[in-house]
Amino acid sequence: MNPVSLSQLQFAVTTVYHFFFVPLTLGLSVLVAIMETLYVRTGSEVYKRMVKFWGKLFIINFAMGVVTGIVQEFQFGMNWADYSRFVGDIFGAPLAIEALLAFFLESTFLGIWIFGWEKLSKKAHLAAIWLVAIGSNLSALWILIANSFMQSPVGFTVENGRAVMNDFGALVFNPYVWLQFPHTVLSGFTTAAFFVMGISVYHLLRRKEEGVFSRSFRLASIFGAVSILLVIFVGHSQAQRMVQVQPMKMAAAEALWESADPAPFSLFSAIDQAGGRNVVDIRIPRVLSLLSYNRLDGEVRGILDLQAEYEAKYGPGYYVPSVFMAYWTFRVMVGAGFLMFFLAAYALYWVMRKRPLGEVKFLGVFGLAMALPYLANTAGWLLTEMGRQPWVVYGYMKTADAVSPTLTAGMVLTSLIGFTLVYAVLMAADVYLLAKYAKAGPAPEVKKQHPVKEEAYWE
Amino acid sequence: MDLNTLWFILIAVLYIGYFVLEGFDFGVGILMPFLAKDDRRRRMIINTIGPHWDGNEVWLLTAGGATFAAFPGWYASLFSGFYLPLFLILIALIFRGVAFEFRSKDENPRWRSFWDWAIFAGSLVPALLWGVAFANFVRGVPIDAAQNYVGGFWNLLNPFALLGGLVSLLGFILHGAIFLTLKTEGELADKARKAAWRVWPFSLAVLVAYTAAAYFATDILTKLGINPGPVPIGAVLALAAAGWFIRQKMDGWAFVMTAITVVFSMATIFMSLFPRVMVSSLGADLSLTVYNTASSPYTLTVMSIVALIFVPVVLIYQGWSYWVFRKRVTTKTELEY
Repeated sequence: MNPVSLSQLQFAVTTVYHFFFVPLTLGLSVLVAIMETLYVRTGSEVYKRMVKFWGKLFIINFAMGVVTGIVQEFQFGMNWADYSRFVGDIFGAPLAIEALLAFFLESTFLGIWIFGWEKLSKKAHLAAIWLVAIGSNLSALWILIANSFMQSPVGFTVENGRAVMNDFGALVFNPYVWLQFPHTVLSGFTTAAFFVMGISVYHLLRRKEEGVFSRSFRLASIFGAVSILLVIFVGHSQAQRMVQVQPMKMAAAEALWESADPAPFSLFSAIDQAGGRNVVDIRIPRVLSLLSYNRLDGEVRGILDLQAEYEAKYGPGYYVPSVFMAYWTFRVMVGAGFLMFFLAAYALYWVMRKRPLGEVKFLGVFGLAMALPYLANTAGWLLTEMGRQPWVVYGYMKTADAVSPTLTAGMVLTSLIGFTLVYAVLMAADVYLLAKYAKAGPAPEVKKQHPVKEEAYWE
Repeated sequence: MDLNTLWFILIAVLYIGYFVLEGFDFGVGILMPFLAKDDRRRRMIINTIGPHWDGNEVWLLTAGGATFAAFPGWYASLFSGFYLPLFLILIALIFRGVAFEFRSKDENPRWRSFWDWAIFAGSLVPALLWGVAFANFVRGVPIDAAQNYVGGFWNLLNPFALLGGLVSLLGFILHGAIFLTLKTEGELADKARKAAWRVWPFSLAVLVAYTAAAYFATDILTKLGINPGPVPIGAVLALAAAGWFIRQKMDGWAFVMTAITVVFSMATIFMSLFPRVMVSSLGADLSLTVYNTASSPYTLTVMSIVALIFVPVVLIYQGWSYWVFRKRVTTKTELEY
């Protein structure tokens, strides 16, 4: 093992782990904000209890996202110093803006929201959770602006071996961002919707707290159905963009070795990467062209052609990512996505019929379905990042050239093992707490307490 | 003033803000197991910083992000060079942040004592290591012509840097103890004041020793002169005055004094660095500066506009959050953590 592959592994471990928590934060912040809006509008206690219940789970999850996010910001410099030197001029800006615009907003107002129930007016408290939701989703925007630069670099020139920003507008309005951002945020909304539906079903099946949980389920089913539908539409546009800007990633995701017009869609391919072919290859004619161009023909370039083209363009080297990973992560993501779409439609169908949810068949399946968004989110990022290899900045810098020159394998191994162990302990604690509070259900209604007399230091 | 200088100042302000704010919540975390043996009081102590610790920590994230954006060369060399200390700081901050959130969400005493340890150690390690890191910036570390740090981990733990670590550690403990006197009442506030009084002489002694050592270990003499000017002297005087205010139970003034100490001593470090950002011990021309690590003028301009608009906004709402939670935490307060 060398510092490059160890650092890659560490980046993968810490990023995938971080992204276990982020999507739920993105969506649940909005759902809790909607619930609190309903509470403030109607004054109905049941909504307040919903806010408190889901808010507690939100906070437990949020903490994990925050602390693992610090690692993300630091490790560009720690492990990828030459990358940071190469792109810092353009990549550092969105990261700094993310901290200034988004992190301050979400952290400060989350503190206000958690501790401010008795200290703020209802409306001010409601504003706090909306600012948390806006802050979280803004942070997704800026980090995806940074990531999109790696996928589809724009707004810069290369001077003296460094990428130098010359168009901030181009960076922010990179067309890649404006597909990746809605896709990610809506996936987060979907994650939260399935989270809420799954936990609600647990209680509905036990006929407990039906007021809280049937309302939660209804709200989440609408939120989820709209979100997943949009995720699929945006995902389709993303795939079409990928054919244009990262044809190699698309070819790998389809295990398409030879260019084809019209191009067939793979149903099942057993991949032999070393041999540059598929041992088994079952395909549906024309469907990949249809997906790529919305018509029944059109060339989709194959891995071997692209490899030859890149060798001519960038010099000798192997420009093919792991086809196995690209192919299967693509299928897991899309498969889980469609499964979620059907489940959300099924839930919405019953919600629309206004029947008591306890009578719905197969309600228990929503408990299992909580895993689907996590599967899809993880697979999606693995596809995005591993499918870009060997590049760290597509077409400009290879991952192997990005690592910190002073790193030793021992150093990375130390931190990799350290992070992995700590993350394992925290995952156990987090899942324990989430399960505990999810099963316990909402806290009983409390009678209004006497206001506590407190004084400031100078009073 | 050019943009490079502006960004040097801005990053200095971000780090100073971070140390003033997170400084006291580090101190509170370190003192918590000593000032309170029973669960209720421990929770009260944690709740004094409950609404704020996360917002305070964002000052560090913003400082890191700003360093990356404005001086990528500094960011790359510093973060890759100080790899293992930063790894330890990250582990500490991870445990600490989660601990605040998780600790009181389960009744099991073993669960709570585990997270109490995490809060203690997670506050202690960064409080110590940040001082070590900044002492090394001014003392100088081996940086080669490619701007890479070429020393090892143990290089960073030289006596001068360790003294710097003690300065930040004791300073933050003192700062945190005084913060607790402002945010708690009765017996707990008295205990916190007593702790402040006990820590104060040691804190002052190491700061004086560190300042004296700086004349031998760094080039502060040529940079600032034999009379270093009002800022470093002000740092020491403010810390001396803090003791007097603690004794007089003028806790508010004592807190102002320790805050001034943090601001002025950090400012001294940045003043003695400028225009360098990290001193190379391998040759004066190898030091990293605001010019040889900087982003392009275009990027600095864009970032200046963003900062000019949003830094005041952040200051306003974060200041407001301190106003919302200005009251003392009492035995009757409903505790969220």
